[in-house]
This record gives sequence, structure tokens and C-alpha cells, in this order.
Amino acid sequence: MASTTRIAQTFDRLQTEGQMAFMPFLTAGDPDLNWTKRLVRELAAAGVDLIELGFPYSDPIADGPVIQASYTRALERDVHVSDIFDAVRELTAGDSCETSLGAGPGNERAAATGPPIVAMVSYSIIFRSGPERFVTRAAESGVSGLIVPDLPADEADLLAPIAQDAGLDLVQLIAPTTPRERAERILAAASGFVYCISVAGTTGERDRLPDELTDQLRWLRSKTNLPLAVGFGISRPEHVEPLRGLADGVIVGSAIVRRAERLNDPNADSEQVLAEIGEFAGAMVRACHG
Amino acid sequence: MTTVTRHVPDELGRFSEFGRRFVPETLMHALEELERRYAEAKSDPQFQLQFQHLLAEYVGRPSPLYFAERLTQYAGGARIYLKREDLNHTGAHKINNTIGQVLLTQRMGKQRVIAETGAGQHGVATATACARFGLECVVYMGEEDIRRQRPNVFNMRMLGAEVRPVTSGSRTLRDAINEALRDWMATVQTTHYILGSVVGPHPFPMIVRDFQSVIGRETREQCLSLLGRLPDEIVACVGGGSNAAGMFYPFIEDDVKLTGVEAGGRGPQPGEHASTLVYGSKGILHGTYSYVLQDEDGQTQPVHSISAGLDYPGVGPEHAYWKETGRVEYVNVTDQEALDAFQTLARLEGIIPALESAHAVAHVLKTAGRRSPEDAIVICLSGRGDKDVHEVARLLGKEI
Repeated sequence: MASTTRIAQTFDRLQTEGQMAFMPFLTAGDPDLNWTKRLVRELAAAGVDLIELGFPYSDPIADGPVIQASYTRALERDVHVSDIFDAVRELTAGDSCETSLGAGPGNERAAATGPPIVAMVSYSIIFRSGPERFVTRAAESGVSGLIVPDLPADEADLLAPIAQDAGLDLVQLIAPTTPRERAERILAAASGFVYCISVAGTTGERDRLPDELTDQLRWLRSKTNLPLAVGFGISRPEHVEPLRGLADGVIVGSAIVRRAERLNDPNADSEQVLAEIGEFAGAMVRACHG
Repeated sequence: MTTVTRHVPDELGRFSEFGRRFVPETLMHALEELERRYAEAKSDPQFQLQFQHLLAEYVGRPSPLYFAERLTQYAGGARIYLKREDLNHTGAHKINNTIGQVLLTQRMGKQRVIAETGAGQHGVATATACARFGLECVVYMGEEDIRRQRPNVFNMRMLGAEVRPVTSGSRTLRDAINEALRDWMATVQTTHYILGSVVGPHPFPMIVRDFQSVIGRETREQCLSLLGRLPDEIVACVGGGSNAAGMFYPFIEDDVKLTGVEAGGRGPQPGEHASTLVYGSKGILHGTYSYVLQDEDGQTQPVHSISAGLDYPGVGPEHAYWKETGRVEYVNVTDQEALDAFQTLARLEGIIPALESAHAVAHVLKTAGRRSPEDAIVICLSGRGDKDVHEVARLLGKEI
């Protein structure tokens, strides 16, 4: 199953070409879902390889201040889970090729050609919906995988079998504080790719990448064939080069969300903001693809 | 009613289905470490001796079990006893837990402590214990709560703690917990997080319950010596649920009726109360699976209570377990009923209770008359009301 998911296909293709994946993060619904759709299309046009879409949650303990503020704005505008799935469905299986990331109607997962969408969502939201119902809705809307930052590997059994049956990858996270015997257990539960947290603490931009990361990535590489994606704290194209040969992808969250935040300002030139995000994503893509 | 046991949680942190750990991977190692170090401390007689010594000499335990004669006459039924946690150092039960956790902090070789606080009682109790042991202390407090609880903010600073305003989300207790958890993720190697209630990921609900259980153990002994038997009913207020958990736990396998009283606020509409067990549904908040006040998507709902200490949209997982098994009955009383009980206790007994504890008193005033004078009810008077006098004066339209 794992080798046939869109996430696996994406990493396989990049690895063949010796390239790293670039995966930006966006909050669904900040400033609103129409803008989210425009931003996703802008990022897709810039050539990003996957898109991580954050489901706003009221009490996000795994996220830093930039993303939490973004979630709060989205919730203040009354964004609901069902609206987010509708937006994803439009993006992955729209009526025409122009509005869709996919290749048109029909079997959207098989047909879609745009960047796979990975939903980052709190288990609080999944539990409330019911894991079966949530996963069904996610798969139907065209989501390719789930990152559930507050569902540790120890509790992954609550979701992993259901996600697997629906053809969704359940991405596992490994932290700098994760001891190696624990990391081995996490790898056993992982699919899609492994999300390697590069700094202890929550999401946010840092000035430089820590040295211990190199050791951890080398060790992980010796233990798993799954792609390794590094996130938390990456904000500039210069951060990418030291990871070449160690990681298979980079995730950028706060740096994009902080730029998109300006779309909430009625005095901001929103077309300009959109273009800047596209340019930044393009620079990151070039850095990752080498 | 299913059988209920004191032998919870299991090694996965489960109280039957509730509890567990729903936290980022960054915290998992720290929680496993805390669990291991706590298990060692629990079975170490030296640690227990030191804890007991501090409870006696520093906190002032045992707290009295007091027969409230005039309150009993007024209610016209069962004999009413008050477990006087308001007489502890810092004026509430919170210190039982912070002393225990500061000892754990030292044992783990950590020099820095963080805590969250709503009304400021847990913040003051944490700052106090940190001052006593020379530990660095940072307290996260919602900007909104800082505005409402100025004296406690001053006290914490006087005790050497840094009070960090939380400006995210609702700017109240739940965001202070989010912010403290975030700090902990970045500082976990050097810092211990002293959570103030029986909430959060395993092992916190167990550790806080164990440290607070001194309330119930003393009450048990005091009842046996004063009444020659166990009481008929024990009543405690429930926000996150730490005083109730500490009071109920030693009686869980006994034939004693246990009643938890939640904040009914202004009514049952969402946003008007903080009655998580009475009106809420099963869900996950702050790393634990319990009952939550949430909307259909799982977003936490706003809460209201006259009492800042009960103003929390979640509740400890062990309370969810006790509710599911029917072992404890959970009810609520309104803001107005609590305010009336606050004044009644002051006038009849010369005891000004915390508004939190006044909820438990209010429930007993409503129900004691239905019981025979042979019956005995114990109220956990979890804290004193000094902190609330400004708020009460404002509500009564009086100037101080």
C-alpha cells in the first residue's frame, strides 16, 4: 500500500532525479478559504512538491505563536471542518483543469497531478468527528495523508489501521528529544514520510539549524527507507543546502504563514502578497531541487 | 454501576477509556521520564517522609475537620462538617501539590519551574514552593486574568516568580496551559512543568491526585475519630477537579456518597457555564481524553463562571471515569447560588470561603435538609475567599 500512495510516488520521483521535496504549510481559512485556494494554486504554480494544510484548532499545543495566531484568525471567521474538505475537494477534483490541481473528474486520487495535500490536524478534531468518519471524508476530498501532531506513535493504533484502509499515509514525527529506542518504535508505525523536528520546541523560525540534526538524520537513514522531511525552524533557501544528502524534503510553516498573515490587512496589496509568496516558494523549490 | 477501582491509571495512563497521552512527540520523552522518576519517588520512604514533614511544618497540616453547627441548624438536616483546606499556607489546597512537585523537580535535578495559573492560586502556591527551595519560577497567566487578579500577580512577583502574560487565543487559563506546554517543549531538559490540576497528559492526573489525596486520607481518619464511622456524603467543587480528586480518591471503594459540584454559571447555554461533566461531551483537550466543552468540530467552547478557579472547559480524566461508572454524582449550582452560599457561610460560621468552595457549600445548603440529623456530610472547603472579596463586592454593588 505505502509504495502506491501519491506521497510515496512524489518522493520516489524526486529521489530518482536527485532532488529534495519542498513542502510549504498553509492554514486552511486564513484569511478565508477562497484565499486558501488561491494560495494553494500559487504554490502549485511555483512548483512545490507537496502542500501541508493546517486545520485550525482552538488549542494547538504543537504549534508556535505564528501558526496559532493564524488558527485563531481562521476560527474567528467561523471556518468549519466540512468547509475545509469542500475546499480541498475543489482543489483536487474541480470541474475543469483550470481550477483543479488534478487532471479532472473521475478517480481523483489516481488522476490528480498537482502536489499531494497532507492534512495537519489535531487528534481533538479527528476524535470529535470519529476517526472512521474523518478519514473517509479526508480520503473522499482528495487528501493524501495525515499529520496528527498530538497523536504520538504510542496511540497511533487509534488511527493508523483506518488511515491505511483508506489509502492515506499517517506521517509520524520524531523530535530531537526522542531517544533512539523510541525512534525505532515510531518508525515501525510510520508511513508516507518521517517528519523530523529539527529544534526542540514548537513550530517557528530559527536563525540556524542545529548540529545534532545531522547525527539524527544519519542514524534515521540507516534505520528506514521512508523519506525524511525536516521541519520546524526552516525559513530561508540557505537552510536547505546543509540538508542535501541527509534529508529528502524540507517543510516550511511559519515563514509562509507570516507572509500570508498580511492578507488580513485591508490596506495591504493582496496581489503583491500572493506574488511574494509565490516568489519565496519558487526560491525554496529551486534550493530543494538543486 | 460498574465496579470502580482505585487501581488506576494503568501503565498507559488510562482510567478505563479516559486519560492517556495526546501530546507532541517533543514531550513524550519528558513525560516518560517524569513517570519513571515519580514511581521511584513514590516508593522511596525518604521522599515520602520529606513530603509529610513539609506538609506538617510548612503547610500546616493536618487541616481541621470542623463541625459547622450554625450552618447545620440553618440547613435543617444532616450534620455538616468542613474540611478546612482554606487554613493551609497560601490559603488553599493547591500548595499540597506544588510542594510535592517541587520535591520531584529537585529529585530530577532541574532548576527551573514553569506553571500556568487562572485565578492565580496555583501560581502563588507554585511561586511559594519555588521560593522555599530556591528554584527559578515562571508563571504563565492570561492577560485577561492578570487584569482581574492583580493582588495575586503582585504576590507571585513578591515571591520571586516571573509572571508572563499570555496574549494568545482567549487570554485565560486554557491559553496559559497551551503556553506553558510550549515553553516546556523548548526547555524540557532543564525545566519541570508543575501542572496545577488533575488534567493534562499522563502522569499529571495521577501525580496531582496522589499529592492531593492527603485531603481525603486525613478526612477519613478525622471522621473515624470524630464520628466513629465514615461520613454519609462528601461534597467538593470541580473545575479541573484537583481538590475533589484528592478528597474522593481515598473513599472510592467505600460506601460513601460522593458529589462533585460544577460551575453552572448563568445557565445551560454554551458559553454561560463551566459544567464540563454535566453538559459536555467526550473529547481531547490539553493532552488528555476526558469530557470537554466543545462544538461539533471539536473546537473548545468559551466558558463562564463567577469563580475564576472553576472557569475551565475540560476536567480531569479520572472524574470522567467516575462519572461513567456512576461512582460520583456530578451536579452544578449557579453563580447566584454560589454567591448566596458565600455570604451565608461568612455570616453563620465566620468563614469567608473561596467562590470555588462556595459552590460545594451551595449544593449542600440545597440538599442537607432532605437528610436525617443522624447523617453526616463533609464539604471540602478548598480555599479561603480573600482573593474574591473585590469581585463579590462588585457583584453586590458595594464599594470597598
